[in-house]
Amino acid sequence: MPDSVRATIISQFEQVASEQKRKLAPLTDERPLMESGLDSLCFAIVVARLEDALGYDPFSASSDVEFPVTFGDFIKFYENAAR
Amino acid sequence: MPRASAASLWESTNRAGLTTERSLWAPDAEVSINALGGGSSLEGDAEALRGGSVLVRTASQLAAALALLEVDGIARRIVICPPDLAAEHLPYVIDTAEVNAVVTDGSAAEMNLPSIATRVRCGPNIRPGAVDRTSSHDTEWILFTSGTTGAPKMVVHSLTSLSGAITPGSSLAAPVVWATFYDIRRYGGLQILLRALLGGGSLVLSGLDEPVPDFLMRAQSHAVTHITGTPSHWRKALMFPAARCVTPQYARLSGEIADQAIIDHLRSFYPNAKVGHAFASTEAGVAFEVNDGLAGFPASYIGHMESGVDLEVENDTLHIRSPRTARRYLGTAAEALLDAGGFVDTGDVLELRKDRYHFVGRRGGIINVGGLKIHPEEVEAVINRHPAVRMSLVKSRKNPITGAIVAAEVVPVALPQGDDAAKQIEALKTDILEHCRASLAAHKVPAAIRLVPSLDVTPSGKIVRRDA
Repeated sequence: MPDSVRATIISQFEQVASEQKRKLAPLTDERPLMESGLDSLCFAIVVARLEDALGYDPFSASSDVEFPVTFGDFIKFYENAAR
Repeated sequence: MPRASAASLWESTNRAGLTTERSLWAPDAEVSINALGGGSSLEGDAEALRGGSVLVRTASQLAAALALLEVDGIARRIVICPPDLAAEHLPYVIDTAEVNAVVTDGSAAEMNLPSIATRVRCGPNIRPGAVDRTSSHDTEWILFTSGTTGAPKMVVHSLTSLSGAITPGSSLAAPVVWATFYDIRRYGGLQILLRALLGGGSLVLSGLDEPVPDFLMRAQSHAVTHITGTPSHWRKALMFPAARCVTPQYARLSGEIADQAIIDHLRSFYPNAKVGHAFASTEAGVAFEVNDGLAGFPASYIGHMESGVDLEVENDTLHIRSPRTARRYLGTAAEALLDAGGFVDTGDVLELRKDRYHFVGRRGGIINVGGLKIHPEEVEAVINRHPAVRMSLVKSRKNPITGAIVAAEVVPVALPQGDDAAKQIEALKTDILEHCRASLAAHKVPAAIRLVPSLDVTPSGKIVRRDA
């Protein structure tokens, strides 16, 4: 269910940004993650929360994963791991 | 040492007063301390224990307490086995402590330990008769540290070091009845046994697997006045309505960091009681007590205290030198227990806030979030201040971005029930996180919270810390 993965990710980005008092840039697929408005602690929290929400952590699947560059990559990364 | 210079435990207990009725109470048996004056709890050739290295391994705490009263001053060494000491470690213990005799109330297996010549049975039945308890030895007391893995670590104490923080009792004072959640075969509980014996009081001992409410009701039936345990013991005990039945004059915390939440909780629960917390460890002994109702301790304690205890802060860690510390670890390959200056490094990290030192955690327990260091205990102290929280455990969780991240397991005062339980759980989690954000830096706030019905506590009363 790719749509629900996308929705879950967007909701976590929004939730964590609001908790950490950060302004979230519009989340288009081309948006580089570094310009999303979140810092590394925020991403760490997002990844931990997504593991709880989705039941898996694609980063732990292999030791040499490349961190996604854009928001679209990030979603694909999670969607691919779900299959 | 072959000659006794100090009074033995029995002699000192006797001196503390046998005019009033004093007892040791277990769930299934009780012994009047006075009765030991005219009889013995040992069955067999007790005189064969003289000068020996005696392993005390019992099922019941009462049998162990009696054995200590009988054997101190007689044996060269007493090795006190905690109840959870695994049988597989016995050969190492026997070898390292040069054990040649065992005192036990237990099974045939205990009685048939190979390489042990002398076996003496002990128990709560006092057989009348003449007993020679003339002390001939400054007995070494061997205690086990509460370390969790590998071969057990044994430390060498003496009755003098163990009783250094205890004021001898006066029979004129109102009788003190102690009760403790600790097991008397470990340092914390042994302190309470000695306080009762040397202070002229009585003691209510808990039974193996005795439910907390039963223990509290039994303590109340013996008119308990002083109760002691770890913060984890107390957080659990206060969950039971039976905790309302006891009316202690003194409630004491030790063995873990006493945060402000548990101190306040005890004070409001027992408004007529003095609530104190103490710093003690098996190696460092009892260092000090704090009775002003506040967490941490005054910075003025650092340096030389009137009690003869020296405190130093080195690399943010508490170091203690006192006549109450253990002398050494047992075993030829053992590390040094005292540094060159005679100090014990406790491994407990301190933080100075205004004019008070606060314990923030253990040196080995730090969570590293992207290079920023966090003590789980400081986060727990904040979570525990939330009114809907009973207790909490903060741990490290692996994270691909920052290496690790803070995660928390929280025991709420009441787990949400009913149709909207899920909604209530989410609301409570959000509220706890907001509460954390109000007083903690962002990297210290848990990334994830899980509500759990209970948390595991070790046999020594400390919360089980196992990182995921």
